[in-house]
Amino acid sequence: MLEICNLTQTFHPNTPNEVLALRDVSLRLEKGSFLIIIGTNGSGKSTLLNAVAGTFIPDSGGITLAGQQITRWPEHRRAKLIGRVFQNPFSGTAPNMSIAENLALATRRGQRRGLGWALNSTMRDSLRDRIRSLNMGLENRIDNPIGTLSGGQRQALTLLMASWLKPDLLLLDEHTAALDPKTADQVIRLTHEIVTRDNLTTLMVTHSMQQAVHLGNRIVMMHRGQILHDLQGGERRRVRPEDLLKRFDEVRRREQLDPNVAEMLQRNYV
Amino acid sequence: MTLLISATTMGLILALLALGVYLSFRIFNFPDITADGSITLGAAVTATLLVHHFSPVMATVLGCGAGALAGMTTGILHTKFKINGLLSGILVMTALYSVNLHVMGRSNIPLLSESTLLSQMESIGSTWFHLDSELDIIGWTVGLRDASMLLGIFVLVVFLGAALYLFFQTNFGTAMRATGDNPQMIRALGVSVDFVIIVGLAVSNGLIALAGSLLAQYQGFADVQMGIGMVVWGLASVIIGEALVGSSRLSLLITGTIMGSVLFRLLVAIALRWGLNPNDLKFITATFVFISLIAPALLRKIKPVTTPSAPKA
Ligand SMILES: Nc1ncnc2c1ncn2[C@@H]1O[C@H](COP(=O)(O)OP(=O)(O)OP(=O)(O)O)[C@@H](O)[C@H]1O
Ligand SMILES: [Mg+2]
Repeated sequence: MLEICNLTQTFHPNTPNEVLALRDVSLRLEKGSFLIIIGTNGSGKSTLLNAVAGTFIPDSGGITLAGQQITRWPEHRRAKLIGRVFQNPFSGTAPNMSIAENLALATRRGQRRGLGWALNSTMRDSLRDRIRSLNMGLENRIDNPIGTLSGGQRQALTLLMASWLKPDLLLLDEHTAALDPKTADQVIRLTHEIVTRDNLTTLMVTHSMQQAVHLGNRIVMMHRGQILHDLQGGERRRVRPEDLLKRFDEVRRREQLDPNVAEMLQRNYV
Repeated sequence: MTLLISATTMGLILALLALGVYLSFRIFNFPDITADGSITLGAAVTATLLVHHFSPVMATVLGCGAGALAGMTTGILHTKFKINGLLSGILVMTALYSVNLHVMGRSNIPLLSESTLLSQMESIGSTWFHLDSELDIIGWTVGLRDASMLLGIFVLVVFLGAALYLFFQTNFGTAMRATGDNPQMIRALGVSVDFVIIVGLAVSNGLIALAGSLLAQYQGFADVQMGIGMVVWGLASVIIGEALVGSSRLSLLITGTIMGSVLFRLLVAIALRWGLNPNDLKFITATFVFISLIAPALLRKIKPVTTPSAPKA
């Protein structure tokens, strides 16, 4: 379904700010699998998702999605295949447009947009039905600007928008990180519902070990632009939050070691 | 009375300029100052074609189209060549000054005996009203020529305002609004932001050039200098309009922009009548826009923020 081959990306090359954000990352994702990506801050999780979404064109490597080589496609062209929810609740919706207009925009993701009416009564009815299923009481407010809603409500609507036309791939980048715990739970439940109902191939980034263990069928841990662990099958089923935390500690310990080793080498050889 | 009517007609013509400015500045958040050049371009193209005996409708449409091309150019400079939006507009505006001189062949074209869209409105008016020179409206005598032109322009502007509103309700139109509101989101929904900006600036400058085209036909001349400061005039109308309607509803904002332009022209006409030096007009307009830009922040600073007092234990 999704195949990422030897993806490499350096930001600000040949400057003091050089960052090797992705180092030779390869990943194969079967249709319908739900992959959770964890990893320390700055390990390249968002960069990986952005590369797939087309926010930038990688230095090298290839991306195949739904049988198509999309490596050099511009972002808006990939949107035909990909639905996205961002970490920031403000990123996924147009604040000054109404709830109905925002959703109507999503019902034509990746399609031609001509001079037909964006909203007619059939469309409004079907929008209202889907919004009612969120149980947030928003179905009576569909003509209000979406910017007047809370972050959680906006994130739930963004999720609805991203999945309205079943995307070949759903990208969720810490989409509950900005929400309070209760709202985050609500959005996670909705995520689970939508992903299982439509059997969506999903990439989700999270810092919550609970979410990592309770959602999805595969866990990948990234570190310094590389995939460090890839838990699938039986290994994935047995894993508990503590095990994941232990792996984080391992990484941290190795990090602390590194400077000492460097210092020792310097003392001996320089 | 004639003064008021001509100020209103001017205001309505320049409402098209204001709508164009509203589209680029407010819908797209794009400070497009191509307007100064494209309004003159519309006037220059139309006047030149009229002198060459093109039909007024044809001359007006082509003037409008030329403006759309200018807007497209600004859009392409900004999106494809990644030039800062303000600078893209300045470049095109500057280049248009030469273009306009070439189109006209000199710096001023008078339209004396040529048949124009406005002279056609006048003749339509005289057949409708079965009169030849004067109209009696509740005791006011109004020149037939002035009344017909005012009515004709009014119908045209209302029609275009409504068309713009309806356009913003279409699939493409909502995508355009979303492009200004949240480009990241609309890109993720499969819209080429670059393409929408180019089309949007074409529509905006098409409207502005149409204002220039009508202005030339109304005033009876096109002049290479006529565009100077027009963006700021348009912006002033938009700001007055927003203050008039005090709402974020699109239908009201479009109506307000048109009303703002008329009100602005009326105020200018009255001020000139009271002896305001015409040379000071642009300075005053710029000052007005400056004040309205800083006023909201200033008011917030002056007014202490009222916090709801904590409930007593
Ligand atoms: N557009 C960019 N320009 C420059 N550097 C970037 C860019 N995007 C990411 N980086 C850098 O690449 C590295 C990886 O960043 P990335 O955002 O992928 O981390 P992350 O794993 O998502 O971290 P977090 O958990 O904090 O979100 C970081 O050092 C970051 O500064
Ligand atoms: Mg991130």
